[in-house]
Amino acid sequence: MKETVIIAGFGGQGVLSMGKILAYAGVVEGMEVSWMPAYGPEMRGGTANVTVILSDKPISSPIAGVFDTAVILNQQSMDKFESAVRPGGVLIYDTNGITRHPERKDITIYSMDATEQAARRGMARMFNTMVLGGYLKVRPVVRGQSVVEGLRRSLPERAQKLVPENERAMRVGAEIVAKK
Amino acid sequence: MEDLKLIKGNEAVALAAIRSGCDGYFGYPITPQSEILETLMELRPWETTGMVVLQAESEVASINMVYGGASTGKRVMTSSSSPGISLMAEGISYIAGAGLPCLIVNVQRGGPGLGTIQPSQADYWQAVKGGAHGDFRMIVLAPASVQEMYDFVFDGFDLAFKYRVPVMMLSDGIIGQMMEKVAMGRERPRWSADELGDWCVGVGKNNIITSLELDPQVMEGRNLALQRTYNEIEDNEVRYEEVNTDDAEYVIVAFGSSARIASEAVELARRDGMKVGLLRPITLWPFPYKRLRQLAGSVKRFLVAELNAGQMVEDVRLAVDGCVPVDHCGRMGGMIFSPEDIYEQLKGHGKGI
Repeated sequence: MKETVIIAGFGGQGVLSMGKILAYAGVVEGMEVSWMPAYGPEMRGGTANVTVILSDKPISSPIAGVFDTAVILNQQSMDKFESAVRPGGVLIYDTNGITRHPERKDITIYSMDATEQAARRGMARMFNTMVLGGYLKVRPVVRGQSVVEGLRRSLPERAQKLVPENERAMRVGAEIVAKK
Repeated sequence: MEDLKLIKGNEAVALAAIRSGCDGYFGYPITPQSEILETLMELRPWETTGMVVLQAESEVASINMVYGGASTGKRVMTSSSSPGISLMAEGISYIAGAGLPCLIVNVQRGGPGLGTIQPSQADYWQAVKGGAHGDFRMIVLAPASVQEMYDFVFDGFDLAFKYRVPVMMLSDGIIGQMMEKVAMGRERPRWSADELGDWCVGVGKNNIITSLELDPQVMEGRNLALQRTYNEIEDNEVRYEEVNTDDAEYVIVAFGSSARIASEAVELARRDGMKVGLLRPITLWPFPYKRLRQLAGSVKRFLVAELNAGQMVEDVRLAVDGCVPVDHCGRMGGMIFSPEDIYEQLKGHGKGI
């Protein structure tokens, strides 16, 4: 098993920490993992992305030109990464702010209105774990229990109390993700 | 499971520094390596091992604090990224001239000048050809994983003290910023006063540490002694890794992050039935000239994949000495090639393999 996923959106959406939780879940399951961020002046409002690879074999390149799955959270990222999904791969996107929807016919496309649902349910800060829940529903590459453990390990001490709420957000994400 | 951590390459350097018995870190922040200093400050090792962590006023000050610390026989280090390393050039030459051990970590970014904060390998020449004035060498270790960024702190200190030379760990923004699993098995305490070398300065020791010598004859003698050390290092410390070179007709030569990307290009090529292998120099100096020369007897072509304009190509050509063609695949200025990019380049040159 090898899953190469890019998670891309605005800085502040929790793109990098979503990748980190996923990578930690992989570690919990004894997988090889890599987490490669686009680093730099990305901050709130700028663009941010991270490539996470989970594999049962040692990972050669942490840099990928083609992805099994793309999780797209804004229009700029759609423009940049829709074409980088491998034929037969998966694209999951948040519909908020998307003006040009994905057009490819050779990949499976899922959408979720996570931004709106998170706001409506008072879970805006759990947006990224909601998206993660949607992703894992479509691509169950790690077990839910490992993700919770991954959450515990990637959250600082003071934020441990937020774990149950994040679990709830993941369940919501799994419910609202839908095939296009 | 317990000793496995998911951390960035830069964090691995900080953790390894504390666990390798380092006595002092002196540095100045610069992207993409600031997490080294930040992590050390967060971990507060001065309260546990007694290790000093100091943010100096500049890179020039940092390297001279390293010079001072190294003179006392302690394990000391600094880290920076490309432009910051250039600022340290004078101090590195002094440390080499005075015959002192230390560890310098360069998490490279794109240049020249202030350049970019994105990853690059454009400081290859600077690292392996001396990088400052005078006839001197540094042992250069090129980590290709977060685990190696951890391990090479230990190895770097060991080599530095074995030969009393500065050692550089030449990493880049990819390996520094990415997170991978790291096994943190190795750990050792700082040296006690009795364990320090007899060559250093300190209480009860009659040594003079300097790189200055006004008598040319004596100065030539010092140079000859340095060269003998360098020859010994060339004989004993060459390190490299090979993948699928046994039956390879085409060998990619790549170091650090590029070697990771290239190893996937090898997998792509092998899947299509091309006989491709990879040679990854782990020590960039001393360079694996001999092994490349051997391979030139059976290989049809070499492709050097590096994130620069073709700096290591010169060393591979020197090794191969015209026997077979040596091509280059590179990106610059913070751009990164993908495994597919390297494979395409390989196929372009690889017709008939």
